[in-house]
Amino acid sequence: MRALDRVALILGLGFLYAPILVLAVYSFNASALVTVWGGFSTRWYGVLFADAPLIEAARVSLLVALCAATLATILGTLAALALDRGGRFAGRGAFTGLVSVPLVMPEVITGLSLLLLFVGVGLDRGILTIVIAHATLGLGFVAVIVGARLRGLDRALEEAASDLGAGAARVFATITLPLIAPSVAAGFLLAFTLSLDDLVIASFVSGPGSTTLPMRLYSQVRLGVNPEINAASTLLVGAVTALVLTASWLSGRRASA
Amino acid sequence: MRRLLPVLPYLWLGAFVLLPVVITLKISLSAPATAQPPYLPVLDWSAGIEGWGTFLEALDFANFDTLANDALYRDAALSSLTLAAIATAILALIGTPVALAMARASPRAQPLLVALVIVPFWTSFLIRIYAWIAILKPEGLLSAAAMTLGLSAQPLDILNTQGAVLIGLTYAYLPFMVLPLYAVLAKLDPRLTEAAADLGAGPVRTFWTVTLPLARPGLTAGALLCFVPMVGEFIIPDLLGGSDTLMLGRVLWSEFFSNRDWPLAASVAILVLVLIVGPLMVFREAQQRRAEAPR
Repeated sequence: MRALDRVALILGLGFLYAPILVLAVYSFNASALVTVWGGFSTRWYGVLFADAPLIEAARVSLLVALCAATLATILGTLAALALDRGGRFAGRGAFTGLVSVPLVMPEVITGLSLLLLFVGVGLDRGILTIVIAHATLGLGFVAVIVGARLRGLDRALEEAASDLGAGAARVFATITLPLIAPSVAAGFLLAFTLSLDDLVIASFVSGPGSTTLPMRLYSQVRLGVNPEINAASTLLVGAVTALVLTASWLSGRRASA
Repeated sequence: MRRLLPVLPYLWLGAFVLLPVVITLKISLSAPATAQPPYLPVLDWSAGIEGWGTFLEALDFANFDTLANDALYRDAALSSLTLAAIATAILALIGTPVALAMARASPRAQPLLVALVIVPFWTSFLIRIYAWIAILKPEGLLSAAAMTLGLSAQPLDILNTQGAVLIGLTYAYLPFMVLPLYAVLAKLDPRLTEAAADLGAGPVRTFWTVTLPLARPGLTAGALLCFVPMVGEFIIPDLLGGSDTLMLGRVLWSEFFSNRDWPLAASVAILVLVLIVGPLMVFREAQQRRAEAPR
């Protein structure tokens, strides 16, 4: 049984990681032919950093991700607070449903429906519309993560503070916020990662001059395998992995705290 | 103070989740047109009830008629559902042994194993699918390996087939299946399987009669988590499926970006929402309520 378990884990994790490793290894290939190994080289990283449109797309993506994740974190935390301690308010059921819609809706539908809205109200497509779309997507994820933390909180701490005379705002700032801070930070990082990663929604709601990194990569990927894209992918995967590990370390601390 | 908490997120969700779906529904009922908006009919708010009357009369179901009668859309819907169903079955077969092995690993190793499953799930989707192109194409690694091992005389041509789409779907959604299954299996009382073994059941029988029935909520949750987004998937059929693989997400994309038929794209979106996403969301809610209900 133990041996079988080991085989299942090795095969399962191997399946998940092998393609990424292949990609990373071939990004250091000297040959321009992706499937022929021509020796170790970092030349594609040099090509990558000289690629002005790609760098510009990366700049747009980082800007969008930063703004969208900030908005998603504020709104998602408010939504989680409302669901956990807002008591009964009108339309609570509808609110719960709406929060989870962006989590399950296929991306093509989210993208199309938001675009039809932006066209309908006459909002010019660009960085702002991508930020709005990504913030909406991230909001649900932040609400789920922060909500889980709020449910695990000891309410006696907040009650003690208000018994000692602290007002609602002070209780929130000095007790609640520090306690949920790790999950708020983890939510921010996940919203940031989602935004950085999104191709489909951004393709629908972007306009001229607001090409994001995944959109730029996609337009080149459609032309076939290309070692420069391997290099860009390796950097992106490395950056995202670092963010995810930080996020899981932050939310892991809540278990030991 | 407390009452004000939901206001801001509520307004945001109303404006950017609910309203867009309503607008999409409205445009799906507009006359088919490759032109730009405004799409007719426009609802005249100032005309009150009468405005609604003329609006409703002018609604055009031609788009849904096209979708129902054109073989292209029927085939796309059918192949989306079939591919998603086959991939979900494969995921259950692969995901169960992996989740079981994770749940039986030492308690110290388990958080690390969970993190290892989560990392690819958050890593760029586009890039992970792109990585498969180099593996699956005729001069790619899989074909080279098969030829070196003598398994195949000619180069394997897997890229641009439905098989490649299935590999992509299985690969991309494996974490969605493993994590909910693991969550259920990790909480399983080990005394139950011990009892089965003490009563003389072999490992296979214990698995079929004890572990699997108890793991069913996790299996259902994982299947739902995978099936819905797979039906609407765009990147995987587009990069791995070639021009022959029609899936709904891809049809919607090309109606929008290539044919510029916005009302028809909106109709595809509404059909997917009404026929697939909606019912499965309701089913999931019911499952969750049943799981949370006191016994």
